[in-house]
Amino acid sequence: MSTGTTKLDVVVSDVVPVNDLVTRFHFRRRDGELLPTFSGGAHVVVEMRDGDRTRLNPYSLMGSPLDTREYTISIRRDDVGRGGSLFMHRQVKPGLEMVISYPVNLFSLDLRARKHLMLAGGIGITPFMAQTAQLAGAGGNFELHYTCRTASLGTYADVLRERHGNRVRLYHDDREERIDLERLLSSQPLGTHLYVCGPAGMINWVRARAASLGWPPETVHFEHFAAPQPGAPFDVELAVSGKTIRVGEQQSLLEAIEAAGVDPPYLCRGGVCGQCETNVISSDGKFIHNDHWLSEEDHRSGCKIMPCVSRFEGKSLVLER
Amino acid sequence: MGITFRKETFRDDFTFKNSPEHIRRFPFPFNEDAYMYAVNIEPHVVGPKGSVLENLIDVDEHYVAEMQDRALVLAEDPLRCQSLPHMTLAGWDLLELLMEQQALGYPEHFTLERNGDRWRWINRPLGIDDTFTFGDVSTLPYGPMEYITRQSQGDFCILDQRDGNLWMDAGMVTTQADWSLDFDIGMNFFEWHAPVPLAHEKGIFTRALKFLTNIQQGKPARRLNWTMTVNPRLDTSPENYHKWGPDRATVTPENVGDKVHLRVELQSFWRLPRSNGIVFPIRCYLIKMDELVTQPKWARRLHRVIRDLPEELATYKGLTRYRPTLVEWLSKLDDDGPTSPGFGPD
Amino acid sequence: MTAKTIISRPIYGTLSPQPGKHHLFIADAEGALAITDMAGKAPPGFFDGAEIVFIPDPEGKHISALEALEPAQLHLPPSFASLLPRLRQTLTNAHMGLRLYLAGTEGLIGQAMQAALEAGVDHTSIETEHRGSLARRMQCVHCKGITENVTTQPAACSHCGLLLLVRDHYSRRLAAFQGVCINAEDRSEIPPMEEAFP
Repeated sequence: MSTGTTKLDVVVSDVVPVNDLVTRFHFRRRDGELLPTFSGGAHVVVEMRDGDRTRLNPYSLMGSPLDTREYTISIRRDDVGRGGSLFMHRQVKPGLEMVISYPVNLFSLDLRARKHLMLAGGIGITPFMAQTAQLAGAGGNFELHYTCRTASLGTYADVLRERHGNRVRLYHDDREERIDLERLLSSQPLGTHLYVCGPAGMINWVRARAASLGWPPETVHFEHFAAPQPGAPFDVELAVSGKTIRVGEQQSLLEAIEAAGVDPPYLCRGGVCGQCETNVISSDGKFIHNDHWLSEEDHRSGCKIMPCVSRFEGKSLVLER
Repeated sequence: MGITFRKETFRDDFTFKNSPEHIRRFPFPFNEDAYMYAVNIEPHVVGPKGSVLENLIDVDEHYVAEMQDRALVLAEDPLRCQSLPHMTLAGWDLLELLMEQQALGYPEHFTLERNGDRWRWINRPLGIDDTFTFGDVSTLPYGPMEYITRQSQGDFCILDQRDGNLWMDAGMVTTQADWSLDFDIGMNFFEWHAPVPLAHEKGIFTRALKFLTNIQQGKPARRLNWTMTVNPRLDTSPENYHKWGPDRATVTPENVGDKVHLRVELQSFWRLPRSNGIVFPIRCYLIKMDELVTQPKWARRLHRVIRDLPEELATYKGLTRYRPTLVEWLSKLDDDGPTSPGFGPD
Repeated sequence: MTAKTIISRPIYGTLSPQPGKHHLFIADAEGALAITDMAGKAPPGFFDGAEIVFIPDPEGKHISALEALEPAQLHLPPSFASLLPRLRQTLTNAHMGLRLYLAGTEGLIGQAMQAALEAGVDHTSIETEHRGSLARRMQCVHCKGITENVTTQPAACSHCGLLLLVRDHYSRRLAAFQGVCINAEDRSEIPPMEEAFP
């Protein structure tokens, strides 16, 4: 398997249910050494060996970057996804040996910021766990606004309140509590940077509102790893390697390419890092783009695809791979 | 047994010299008989024993003298070491990297003891034994970047990564090939390379930036760059150009071998873990022509490279004034014989 | 407009109205015309939330044209130096949603941008338009002194006196072009001084 990062051999040191939907996993190095230091916002790609099938999913590191004895990630169970989260919830027990990537940060803090304003929705809280720990340890100026469905599903809300007090504000959907976004975005000191992580709808809403209120794009940071969506199977011709492959219903295009022995580079497998960008040589049909990397223009052109999260429906597709 | 550090100078009486072993390990930058600017980046992995790549951070016989020269430069012009306010964390990253690498490669000279965030650093060649708290600036005599780069050979640029670009926001630059940190600090990758001729048009910097922004932790990369310098002067800064510039007019057929030096930069690129920045160590190696031509292959090849260098590059590298004298001198050592492929001497 | 030479040479655009809650214009000389030209493209009420700072020439040219835009505030400092303390205070107290528009000479644009960068504003979010003189602010790389209003090539450093080649290499942080000794290798070579930045 080719990738831009080196691998870490780890063992699952603990599995902790956090609430009805979320479970936390702890990893330590098998050789007992310390793990690599990382920066708040970094993720690792976890290899899940499930019988003869391997899934590779990215998850944000949520522990303090100051503690490298173990890495922790939190995974929300998705009952209708492709099965990665169900595998983690059902099959992964303490003592299991796994392989994860070195940490990669595609959602880095801008350390020039006079203030860091963070907006989290649901499981999007995880990168902020690490970022707030990093900033608090260095006397950084931050404020976290966290929206969750109910108090019992407010993953780590209690921990964050205990650690950071009033710098953390909670909003519960079931109590009809809503962020007054216009007021919040209009009252931030010049030099503030905004970070958003959560469902796609929330990210789009915040980005659009920030832009209309005059926040320059360089000050608005967001991370949303798209999960590859299942879909109708389709056939693809790989022109460079001279192979024709079939992408299964539960398989991503990238996984199908890898299964054929061709290894495009990747860092995130979530449509963010841009590493696996692939040129389309010819196509007759419709692209289903799910990435955040290509521009709208690229999407319309039909000349490029991100095989980690995007699919195709139609008669024929030839890729430069 | 360790390294025997030379007592020598890079200014005034210029007593700098390479020992015979150091001539053999010199990182000669030409693997063929011609040169053109290229993105010659490769993984920075450990190379053969006895080469400058034996350790990823190289310490050699010039270490103590170079650190003394750096201290002189900084005393005269403190602006050669600057760090914008948001770069302190990256400075700690660099301190960790250099202490770990130097202690790993040269345990007889350097020792790092870590006990949580209480660290003890022993640098025997410079007579330093300091205990400090990692992350607490008040426990060191300088900021973390300045502290460790006063004890590490080569220049260091620390780049902040944001908005798909790299920003030169901190650095220790006292042995540079004619560029000014004080002027360039805060610029992005394209801006600080703006004065380089020919390379922008070829898209070289666009490709290089794409590669560099994707450098991953634990997977450093490297490339070689080169220029020439009259007299073994480390500080060829634009700040002092009016002081060293006249040297270029002093080259004569009689003194070429002693005065003209090939100057090779081993540039490496490392992702920094806490800050997500990139550090760019630029390690400078000097060799005088008399030393270089003790390897016949290098003499032949350097003659052909300098003779055929495009005019723009010769101007950019500041060779114009003495190139004819140098080429004439080297031509006498070139018997038109073949040169073997690769960088090393035969 | 100046020819595009190297990548570090700033490129100026044409002012255009940006989304935002407040708008701060800083201009000198002919820069006032960049603002009045832009006003034609601005949505109704745009200048209700705008402050215009204008450094006029001794004749007070263009002041009335700016008054006619009816900005929330119009401030007329006699020089950039006299403006700077107030500008710093404004930026310190400002909120996200403030947009900056700089128009006029390169020296004015550069120095106002320098103050904005120090306040945490990213340079790419600032609207700029160059009008008027091409005279340059130059930093002598040798003595670090800044020489204002350089119009010749080469130019003498007003601090150390060295004869400097005025490069296109530009530093936003210093708001200056770089000047490097033009005859360092042989001080007896004195190239002719020509008008280059009128």
